[in-house]
Amino acid sequence: MGLTGLEIFKQLPRTNCKDCGSPTCLAFAMALANGKASLDKCPHVTDEARENLDSASAPPIKLIKVGTGDQTVELGDETELFRHDKKFYHPTAVAILVSDQEDVEAKVNQIKELEFERVGLKFITDMVVVKNDSGDADTYKAAVEKAAALTDKALVLMAEDTGVMAKALEVAAGRKPLVYAATAENYEAMTALAKDKGCPLAVRGKGLEDTAALVEKVAALGYKELVVDTGERETSKVLADLTQVRRLAVKKRFRPLGYPTIAFTSKEDPLEEAAQATVYLSKYAGVVVMKTAEKQHILPLLSWRQNLFTDPQKPIQVEAKMYGVGDVNENSPLYITTNFSLTYYIVEGEVEASKVPSYIIAVNTDGISVLTAWAAGKLTGESIAAAMKKAEVEEKLAHKKVVIPGHVAVLSGSVEESTGGWEVLVGPREAAGIPKYAKANFA
Amino acid sequence: MAFNLHKEKYRSKVSEVVLGATKEEGGTRSHTLTVGGESTLPFLQFEGDIPNRPIAALEIWDVAPEDWNPCFDPYYKDVYDNTGAWARKCVDEFGADLVLLRLKGADPDGKDRSPEECANTVKEVLEAVSVPLIVIGCGKGEKDNQVMPLVAEVASGEKLLMGVAEQENYKSITAACMVHKHNLIAQSPIDINICKQLNILINEMNLDLNKIVIDPTIAALGYGLEYGYSIMERARLGALGGDRMLAMPMIGNVGYEVWRVKEANASEEEFPGWGQQEERAILWETTTAVALLQAGMDILVLRHPKALEVVKKNIDELMESNKYE
Repeated sequence: MGLTGLEIFKQLPRTNCKDCGSPTCLAFAMALANGKASLDKCPHVTDEARENLDSASAPPIKLIKVGTGDQTVELGDETELFRHDKKFYHPTAVAILVSDQEDVEAKVNQIKELEFERVGLKFITDMVVVKNDSGDADTYKAAVEKAAALTDKALVLMAEDTGVMAKALEVAAGRKPLVYAATAENYEAMTALAKDKGCPLAVRGKGLEDTAALVEKVAALGYKELVVDTGERETSKVLADLTQVRRLAVKKRFRPLGYPTIAFTSKEDPLEEAAQATVYLSKYAGVVVMKTAEKQHILPLLSWRQNLFTDPQKPIQVEAKMYGVGDVNENSPLYITTNFSLTYYIVEGEVEASKVPSYIIAVNTDGISVLTAWAAGKLTGESIAAAMKKAEVEEKLAHKKVVIPGHVAVLSGSVEESTGGWEVLVGPREAAGIPKYAKANFA
Repeated sequence: MAFNLHKEKYRSKVSEVVLGATKEEGGTRSHTLTVGGESTLPFLQFEGDIPNRPIAALEIWDVAPEDWNPCFDPYYKDVYDNTGAWARKCVDEFGADLVLLRLKGADPDGKDRSPEECANTVKEVLEAVSVPLIVIGCGKGEKDNQVMPLVAEVASGEKLLMGVAEQENYKSITAACMVHKHNLIAQSPIDINICKQLNILINEMNLDLNKIVIDPTIAALGYGLEYGYSIMERARLGALGGDRMLAMPMIGNVGYEVWRVKEANASEEEFPGWGQQEERAILWETTTAVALLQAGMDILVLRHPKALEVVKKNIDELMESNKYE
């Protein structure tokens, strides 16, 4: 929602001085509206007008960075309500809570263990939240110091007493933690603290409207590196607030809520907590804070995040090459599939389940599935033969048999022809049939 | 800046489908279940109505499954061989809103049970429980075309939810539903155009639109869940925008998809980095279901009783009003 030429014109000096190179201020405004000129060309524009114009062209949700180095977490800068409209850009950060009254070292080490490998991707949690439950500044400072020493992950410092926060920041400010939180009671001091240390600041209100008002007060103090928390903790109300914040920011350019959000789970049972977090992650939370740090509770959530934030226009691909599954040798069967990662990993999983060590060639189909690739002419006798040649199958295998997906049985003849006489076996239509097929043919 | 909530105004709403029939209505169910009717996106009660909560079924088979994960044994092992008792346990003990009976035994490559045997099992389940029932075939079209018409007949008037109708094979099951007053699952392969087209074809055979439930086909978490999720979001936006051919409630076979994947079944010994198997599997099922609830799913078909429990609690929470004062 950019400004129109006339709206921009009203902010200009309207002197027609030509210093910008345009004949009139109106012509310059039109050029700005079309993105053909930069406001920097006008030497006379007031600071106030510049800020108005800059904020009108700023993204609807501000990009906020937490942490330093490789583990910096980027939040916000989203432009859509539905992933099918374009894509979601910055995956929800998953943060795990550590209390200063528990064994900080044990919990942080447990959090560090939350690294998962599946479908060729590595999933990690992003943030560690250190919470001040003790009420004691020195205890809290020690806990923050310990957590900071143990992990490079981005930190969230959670303390509402500005004295406690100030002390913790003495040891952690350099890590650019998210300071949580400015509230109606402490916002002046907390904002000054965050601003002074250059750390992003969470603002927690009581409900949507109150939160928006509080953000405006904080912004009026000259600080806009913010994350918002509307203070709700009930699942359905958090869903409503997260939806409103996203809509108001994206569709209405409502600046007081044009920041990433942070949501806290409230359920004690870890399974219920994971379900609650799934709701928040699905619907717009910038950060989700959880208590459980068990692998089996976190892996599903991180998998959903990976799914949700993939670019719907750009299928994820695996490298188009030959893969060996299990302890392969020159007599191992050879399967053909495409390099669409989903297709490949399903086939790989089933080949693995068949317990017959085998080769799989992922043919380059630009990451589309078997039937779609066949329809688009990307999975053909020629492309399969070329992929086999590139994989040097003649050198690596002692047999000349290749299994093609059942859905493209029609390619049998052309594969046989293009490969110069390989025996083409038609495999099952669905990958799920591979174990049975392998048992019948290769066991 | 002045603060105003942003409420969307939609032109239309999701159709309502009634599952089951009581004695007065020509069936034998103790109560009916109505799904659909939403006039906004999932659970956004601040701008529309969610008149019927999403419901959760547990899946049972007419033959003892040979390959279900051993973690089901403590729950189901004693009833695997007794479909009626299995159904009863799902409802009475585990709190399923309804039961989905998959006639797996009809599979010609498996037990190859006759249409009469299948119909008898349906009768057995109808006698064992009083909740509405979903019945689906074995998935082999030719055989299902022999089985499902007989199922429709023996359960005439019960307003089953029967499935599945597919683009290449919808006529025989649609006709059976019409004659015996059942509801129909229209299944399309993660494709919104086929989804719509199939509803048009079924409707052309004169089955009322409020007798159809859409199965847009879903994949498990980690295996393309986002595709089904986005198709469902688009279908629901279409429904709210006034497209009558997308305005049906939606169903998803969550348990069936989830329990095929490695992440649900692999032991902790095999993948120590993935954590404890049963809780991981329960959450694989729960996360898939909860994500799909956010895309508009109305009927969730699950397998693990604990996943059912957690999902139902999540629905309870989401059905709490979020209207702004």
